Amino acid sequence: MEARRRPLLRVIALLGRYRLQVGITFFCVLAGTLLSLAVPRFIGQAVDLVLSKGDTRLLLGLAVAVVVVSVLRGLFNYGQTYLSEWVSQRVAYDLRNRLYDHIQRLSFSFHDQAQTGQLMSRATADVEGLRMFVAFGFLRGSSLVVLIVGIAGLLLALDWQLAMFSSLVVVPIAYLAIRSSRRLRVLWWNVQEGLGRLGIVLQENLAGMRVVKAFAGQNMELAKFTARSREVYDTSMEANWLYAVYSPVMAGLVMLAIALLIWSGGRAVVSDRLTPGELTQFVLYLLLLPMPVRMLGWMVSLASRASSSGERVFEVLDAQAAVRERPSAIETGRARGHVAFENVSFGYRKEAPVLREVGFEARPGEAIALVGSSGSGKTTVAHLLPRFYDVTAGRIAVDGRDIREVTLASLRRNIGIVQQEVFLFSASMRDNIAYGAPGASQEAIEAAARAARLDVFIRSLPEGYDTWVGERGITLSGGQRQRVAIARTILLDPPILILDDATSSVDTETEELIFQALQELMRGRTTFIIAQRPRTLEYAHRILVLDEGRIVEQGTHQNLLARDGLYRRIYYGARETEIAQVR
Amino acid sequence: MHMGGGFHSHGHGGRTTSSLDDEDRVFGRVYDQQVVSRLARYFWDYKLLTLLAGSAMLAYTLAGVATPWLIKLAIDGYIIPRDLAGLAWIVAAFVAIAALGAAGQYGYLWLTARIGQEILFRLRTRMFEHLQRLPLAFFDRNEAGRVMSRVQNDVTQLQELLSGGMLTVVSDLLSLVGIVIALFVMDVPLAAIALSVIPLLVLVMALWQRRARHAFLRVRRAIAVVNAGLQENISGVRVVQSLRREEVNLQRFEQANESHLEANLEAGRLSAALMPATEVLSAAALALVLVFGGLRVQGGGMPVGSLVAFVLYVQRFFEPIRSLTMQYSMFQRAMAAGVRVFELLDTPHEVPDPEDGAELKVTSGDVELRGVTYGYDPERPVLHGINLRVTAGHTVALVGPTGAGKSTLAALLLRFYQPQRGAITVDGLDIRRVTTRSLAKSIAFVPQDPFLFSGTIAENLRYGRPEATPSEVEAAARAVGAHEFITKLEQGYDSPVGERGVNLSLGQRQLLCLARALLADAPILVLDEATASVDPATEARMQQALRRLMAGRTTIVIAHRLSTVEQANLIVVLDGGRIVERGTHTELMQAGGLYSRLYRQTSPSPSGSEWRLSGTIVTA
Repeated sequence: MEARRRPLLRVIALLGRYRLQVGITFFCVLAGTLLSLAVPRFIGQAVDLVLSKGDTRLLLGLAVAVVVVSVLRGLFNYGQTYLSEWVSQRVAYDLRNRLYDHIQRLSFSFHDQAQTGQLMSRATADVEGLRMFVAFGFLRGSSLVVLIVGIAGLLLALDWQLAMFSSLVVVPIAYLAIRSSRRLRVLWWNVQEGLGRLGIVLQENLAGMRVVKAFAGQNMELAKFTARSREVYDTSMEANWLYAVYSPVMAGLVMLAIALLIWSGGRAVVSDRLTPGELTQFVLYLLLLPMPVRMLGWMVSLASRASSSGERVFEVLDAQAAVRERPSAIETGRARGHVAFENVSFGYRKEAPVLREVGFEARPGEAIALVGSSGSGKTTVAHLLPRFYDVTAGRIAVDGRDIREVTLASLRRNIGIVQQEVFLFSASMRDNIAYGAPGASQEAIEAAARAARLDVFIRSLPEGYDTWVGERGITLSGGQRQRVAIARTILLDPPILILDDATSSVDTETEELIFQALQELMRGRTTFIIAQRPRTLEYAHRILVLDEGRIVEQGTHQNLLARDGLYRRIYYGARETEIAQVR
Repeated sequence: MHMGGGFHSHGHGGRTTSSLDDEDRVFGRVYDQQVVSRLARYFWDYKLLTLLAGSAMLAYTLAGVATPWLIKLAIDGYIIPRDLAGLAWIVAAFVAIAALGAAGQYGYLWLTARIGQEILFRLRTRMFEHLQRLPLAFFDRNEAGRVMSRVQNDVTQLQELLSGGMLTVVSDLLSLVGIVIALFVMDVPLAAIALSVIPLLVLVMALWQRRARHAFLRVRRAIAVVNAGLQENISGVRVVQSLRREEVNLQRFEQANESHLEANLEAGRLSAALMPATEVLSAAALALVLVFGGLRVQGGGMPVGSLVAFVLYVQRFFEPIRSLTMQYSMFQRAMAAGVRVFELLDTPHEVPDPEDGAELKVTSGDVELRGVTYGYDPERPVLHGINLRVTAGHTVALVGPTGAGKSTLAALLLRFYQPQRGAITVDGLDIRRVTTRSLAKSIAFVPQDPFLFSGTIAENLRYGRPEATPSEVEAAARAVGAHEFITKLEQGYDSPVGERGVNLSLGQRQLLCLARALLADAPILVLDEATASVDPATEARMQQALRRLMAGRTTIVIAHRLSTVEQANLIVVLDGGRIVERGTHTELMQAGGLYSRLYRQTSPSPSGSEWRLSGTIVTA
């Protein structure tokens, strides 16, 4: 229970900044609710007044009182509705900003584990769940309690016998309300799950449409989808049935209470224990009661939903970035580009080391190629240098200084990375090139595009540099995307460069352009190439061959080919197997 | 935003202000004639159930309207005249009517849910079915994400409308009518006085809805922007960090988040404002009833029970109105979703599926292309008048630079697209005139990207021939050399693959795709060779498997591997959508044309160790 309550307490603590607004909201809730309790009383008095043929001016007074009270109540209701919206939206706003910023600063190790969809649902659905709780559960929920207690008190004061009758019904309604919302919550959750599974079938179907069509799998696919869809239908129907049963039962109970009231209240009026006006009051109060009681059930499920939403949201916010800046970290200027790995070991998980005591040095301006089969650790080397992960043992130094002694920003400013999977943002071509340097001038952007051999292509587009790319924009080929990444990096002008050479197949002409662009980029920079293409290897001054996290060979391309080692085997690998096949 | 140019257009075409106005017109609506009438047609299929639901709703509504009346009867007829025996009858009637109301409520909730869910089920299934029949060109134009959102989000938006929403409104309106009738039956002048506030109420509502329309639309747009910002930053987080964009991105996000906040507060202010307005009007009506009704009661013109009933009715009167405004943005959303759903369902099948077409029965397996011209954009053909004859049992290798038209040619064979000019025949029969099923049975396809579905390995292998026996499945796996690794898996052939399944290497997935094609046992094979690298041992196995697969079949292969090209009966070199050379490897090398140039140019090392017509990789 404690673990469940804690996230809610933390959510409530978020309201601290808006103490004043929260205070006013509570005041409005209280005042509005109490005022709403006054109206039935006035009506009851009016009924008695007319029956006793009392003063007309008094009747007029009561009518005016109803209007005045309602106007005041309207104002307070406006206040509580708007303020609770205001406070809850602020809280959601704060949470979203915090999540956004926190997520973008969490290390790669976090993002390796987390799925985009999951993080998205925390930042959207869960934040909304918390907002609902703040608005309806916490701020306005208090009115329910005031209303129920107030009505119960008034009824008891009016006639305790009749009040007892009514409570006979109210208690089961409350019980049913809470019970049904609990059960419904589970069922609706199952429906959501079912929809998720349905989504997977659909997603796969769309992704594999060619295979579906080629193998005439349409009917099979339809059967799969229909089965999942049927599941969703069945669960929804179960939930709907429950709702269809509970609602009339609860409404029927209220009617039963009123029937009881007419019966025993009628007798009380006949025996002069109660006036007709008081009976009217009773009916009116009783009619006010079911709403808050049923809302109570909704509130319970809201709170329990918010509690699990809170857990998920705070789990992200509490996640510590694995790579952290030291408080003493200093800001460095432009590096010369000397890089040293000293006995570096690293594992994504403790029990499975990926790099074992790797040591090498790169002089400023030197180009080093990393070669090895997949899983040999070459990408890891590239990820450790910008501190996307921290070494588990050993150290990495740039210009002789441990990279953990400088700020992340100043370290990364010195390192440019051309990744294999080029991520394009929904923005213009210009903004995509200037992604790392938002203030860059048009001339600088164009110069970078020219150097990346992208300028001609961009100019051929109808809207030139303003052409929209990314989702909902034009589609770029693999080669074009790579050149965007190269242009991005050229614009940043970093002294150290990491190239994750793409394996995607591009035609020879494009490849030529990429190589020209890369050569331009590498000039005068310390470069690490995760080599996939043989041609790249020839540009490297030195080649490091990795195997199972160790450097097993190093030297120039010619040196290594002359030796009968792993490099030679890898380099000739594909060809050799083919020769073996043909013979 | 993407609606600007319609579902078919590329998104970037629609980012002008005029398209936003367009969208406003379409998506601000709370009532869309077309959507409603299309949905009504679905309801028509459930006439009987709808009728039942309608009657149940009527019972429920009437019971609700009857209760104040019964209270009036109790007060005037029995309590005031002190008739306790009669009171018992009223109470009994009250209970009976309450029971009827509850039964009606149950019936109406249950039946509307049932009809709504059935329609949703059918809409979903129909959309999925429709998607299966849409030409591939549709999926080239529309990202999977957008299509997904139509089938999932938009249908869910409709759900709110269908399961309850629509009928709640009807029920609300019905009870308004019932209340008005009851009021006039009780006392005509007082009814007129009590309802005198209605014109004011209508005015308030009209003013409100005009502003609400934009406010709620703005909220929805703002949410979309915030979500897009989040999504992009999460999926691009690695780039964000390496380019140190955190500060700038946060600033931009805060702006989007801020306008989302403002939009919500504006909508919140509107919602909050409506409540006191209706409340004050309802209080005014109540005050009028108290004063004029009270005076009439005092004057003996009306019994006191009627006054009580009036009070109860007037309070009730404003409830449906309040709930109508609560439903406002739901209606807006649902109508917009409906427009999108039906737009998808109305997208025509470009390739008419000749269900009653001829059954393709391949006897030999001769494939011929005659003057085939095709362009994804008909203005810009990718293939120009291709003539190619593939003799039964032969292997034809298609080579050429990226963009030469190799993949398009293969896609046309599979009838993924239809040539704009020319014809493709199999054993002399035009493939346009045969049924989809028989065509698929005749041509097996191995995609470049080894795509597997979620499900077991056996299910995946059976994809082209669901009726295959376990021993046939195993035989196919053995033939391609996949049996070994499959049996090493914990659950063997029943191991789950695909999302949440076991991790298979690229090479293993490729072998499974080959086995799948082998099991389909089609006389014609279309093979898009994988370019991605696998380790030498797997590579060797793949080559062996390929040879097995190609034996005795007419094969058209988009070739990236030397051995495949060398063994082909015919190499066809494509460039710029035309066949520029054809012949065997030796012939083409001697001819000294594009083929030999490509071959030499792309082999960097003097030893010629590297073969790459369109880019292969050396490192394993």
